[in-house]
Amino acid sequence: MFKFILKRSLEAIPTLLVLITITFFMMRFAPGSPFSSERSLPPEVLANIEAKYGLDKPVHEQYFSYLGGLLQGDLGPSFKYKDYTVNELVAQALPVSAKIGLFAFAFTVVMGVSVGTIAALKQNTWIDYSIMSTAMAGVVMPSFVLAPTLVYIFSIQLKWLPAGGWNGGQLRFIILPMLGMSLLYVASFARIMRGSMIEVMNSNFIRTAKAKGLPFRHIVLKHALRPAMLPVVSYMGPAFVGIITGSVVIETIFGLPGLGRLFVNGALNRDYSLVLGLTILIGSFTILFNAIVDIVYAFIDPKIRY
Amino acid sequence: MKTAKSLLSLAVVATLGLTACEQASQPEASQAAAPASGEPTLAAVQELVRGNGTEPASLDPHKTEGVPESHLIRDLLEGLVNQDGDGNIVPGVAESWETEDNQTFVFKLREDARWSNGDPVTAEDFVYSFKRAVDPATAGPYSWYLEMTGMKNAAQIIAGEMPADELGVKALDAQTLQIELELPLPYFIQMSAHTTLKPVHRATVEAHGDKWTQPANFVGNGAYKMSEWVVNEKIVMERNDQYWDNADTTIDKVTFLPIENQVTDMNRFLAGEVDLTYEMANEHFDRIKKDQPESLKVTPYLCSYYYGFNTKKPPFDDVRVRQALSYAIDRDAVANFIVGKGEYPAYNFAHQKVAGLQVDTPEYATLSQEERNARAMALLKEAGFDESHPLEFTLLYNTSENHKKVAIAIASMWKQTLGVEASLENQEWKTFLDNRRNGNYDVTRAGWCGDYNEASTFLSLMQSNNGNNDQFYYSDAYDSFMEQAMRATSDAERSDLYRQAEAQLAADMPLAPIYHYVNARLVNPKVGGYPMNNAEDKLYTKDLYILE
Repeated sequence: MFKFILKRSLEAIPTLLVLITITFFMMRFAPGSPFSSERSLPPEVLANIEAKYGLDKPVHEQYFSYLGGLLQGDLGPSFKYKDYTVNELVAQALPVSAKIGLFAFAFTVVMGVSVGTIAALKQNTWIDYSIMSTAMAGVVMPSFVLAPTLVYIFSIQLKWLPAGGWNGGQLRFIILPMLGMSLLYVASFARIMRGSMIEVMNSNFIRTAKAKGLPFRHIVLKHALRPAMLPVVSYMGPAFVGIITGSVVIETIFGLPGLGRLFVNGALNRDYSLVLGLTILIGSFTILFNAIVDIVYAFIDPKIRY
Repeated sequence: MKTAKSLLSLAVVATLGLTACEQASQPEASQAAAPASGEPTLAAVQELVRGNGTEPASLDPHKTEGVPESHLIRDLLEGLVNQDGDGNIVPGVAESWETEDNQTFVFKLREDARWSNGDPVTAEDFVYSFKRAVDPATAGPYSWYLEMTGMKNAAQIIAGEMPADELGVKALDAQTLQIELELPLPYFIQMSAHTTLKPVHRATVEAHGDKWTQPANFVGNGAYKMSEWVVNEKIVMERNDQYWDNADTTIDKVTFLPIENQVTDMNRFLAGEVDLTYEMANEHFDRIKKDQPESLKVTPYLCSYYYGFNTKKPPFDDVRVRQALSYAIDRDAVANFIVGKGEYPAYNFAHQKVAGLQVDTPEYATLSQEERNARAMALLKEAGFDESHPLEFTLLYNTSENHKKVAIAIASMWKQTLGVEASLENQEWKTFLDNRRNGNYDVTRAGWCGDYNEASTFLSLMQSNNGNNDQFYYSDAYDSFMEQAMRATSDAERSDLYRQAEAQLAADMPLAPIYHYVNARLVNPKVGGYPMNNAEDKLYTKDLYILE
């Protein structure tokens, strides 16, 4: 197991390096600069600003000095948010994204797995059909439609929950964004779970368990659930990263100070260092969670051992 | 008895109304804000929440360039002068000023002006701040603004040819500040209300460097001081009890939310979480106007919306083509039906509400749209385009629903009246700017907002040496009008030169003005003191108050 973790960590280094390099140069070659605006800057003013941020140096020099900083854990100053370094911005935004992400993720997994299981066990009944058609609606409903609808119902009409804001992550500020973020994933998880559960329930060892006369509950919970979770678990890694980092729409609609908004504003403003910093962060997360999924696999799938 | 009683209550209403007015020095607005029945009394809780567009790039006045930053800094720092609700200049830290030649200005600072830590605000603070603003080491994106005011040696300092100490600004004593300009500039006082000319607290800046704007470090001289800053969520400010006019300030706490999405801004207003939105989405305007007209405030806003022609690129180097395309735009239809928030159809470049601006309506604007169309057709034919050889080009705009609607409408006007084939191309903002600046376009959407309330803030744009002249317009006559206007000794003379400059633009048509902006936002009807005539949207929280 230790060998496996070591191997995965070593593999991550070249992957990240390639990611950093590609992002670095793609950002530099995108039209526009962090300092282009409606009012074009006089050349001497632009020169002063570029000198301050080291953009007057040749690109390869900028690249190596960035890597040098990175080795010391320094993601550099933000080009857009001049009062902050990228480290400070990430330190503020990450806990927000993590908190809301964990809530949304837990909700997604619990809901997705239970609803999918129920649908599978009641296969081809009205329960199955209504669950699956709701799930289908969930998959096709984009969050920029779903979230304002939730706001309209629960904030503007019923006035039960706030329409936005974070306020240090109080529960009432989390509920609507959590729903907005997770319903799409709940739907996906439910569909995957249903398919996998149906397959498992038709397999030989479940037939054997039934033949032995084990109670139905026991069969489902003790014997079917674990193998049926396998495809769900492999989807958990990317879903978790997606929930934590890719919630731009939800963060914008609810005014949450998370990573997604930083990322999009960074890209729109050509904030080179901010985009790079976040790319590295999200890249590392993706690698990390995929590795975790592999480890979890080993625990639940008896066929896999490292 | 009953009459006497109602007379009495009327008097009470009037007195209370007046008190509120005095506090906020906004008579018209406060009367409008006062409820029709009942007595307008101030609410016990004076807390305001404002939508502010986007996260500020900085709260350092010498490092910012945007409107959201200006809204925040206006409450945190006070410059020499402020504006009132009608856009007039009123004393800020300076209680009076004088000049004999419009070239040397002497400001007398008030003695009771204090920083939030209790230090007095002195002339030396302004000297330090202005030098810091032009110092290349500060790398301020708006440092050129001081160059535009013509402050002595500003240009050379920015270019690194002189040390910052050579700037033409001097503290004659602790309360007297002298500013010297390269040339006389009659509207220097108007220009000095700008964010870039706000002071910063030297000891704080020197002690904390880039971190001086953090809530724990921030020392300001405005009506409010910062208490909390969560990036992308909120900036909270509380009343600064050291502020010289604190006794007349009503609102105790103001929160600014960086809400980028206009619909989100509106939803949070409707949910009662925001008192003042940043803007208003066009598509919801009519509904809100019908459902809750009392929440809607529409004011003139010094920005112009126009289409620029690439005058270097055939066939747009031909004035007839430019004129034809401009004449065929039905501005009334665009302003009333496409954007429709009360925007003004435009035939001149400078916004019509610019203070003291008197320009002629161009001749084509006096014609009916049918007559303009007929003339446009004739011009295009003369330029060599007709049905067998139609004019084809690309209309470039930056990605936005509003710009798209306007572009579709205008392209179809061109198609219908002139048979012109304009294909639409939208680009993401920075890519768009890059292409426009480099002349990679035929016809482009553009907008320009004034930095100060004087026509040159618009008209200087079309001078051949201006870095923002993306139309590459070059006219000796125009340049000369503008240069003479800089040197004009009277307002009348300057105004006449601006009139001629606008006439030249209308004749040469490097750009087709389309409409002049208004600023529409949702304002909680309980908020009083909202300025209805400040065309630069210089909104000071200290001038607002919340009614019961």
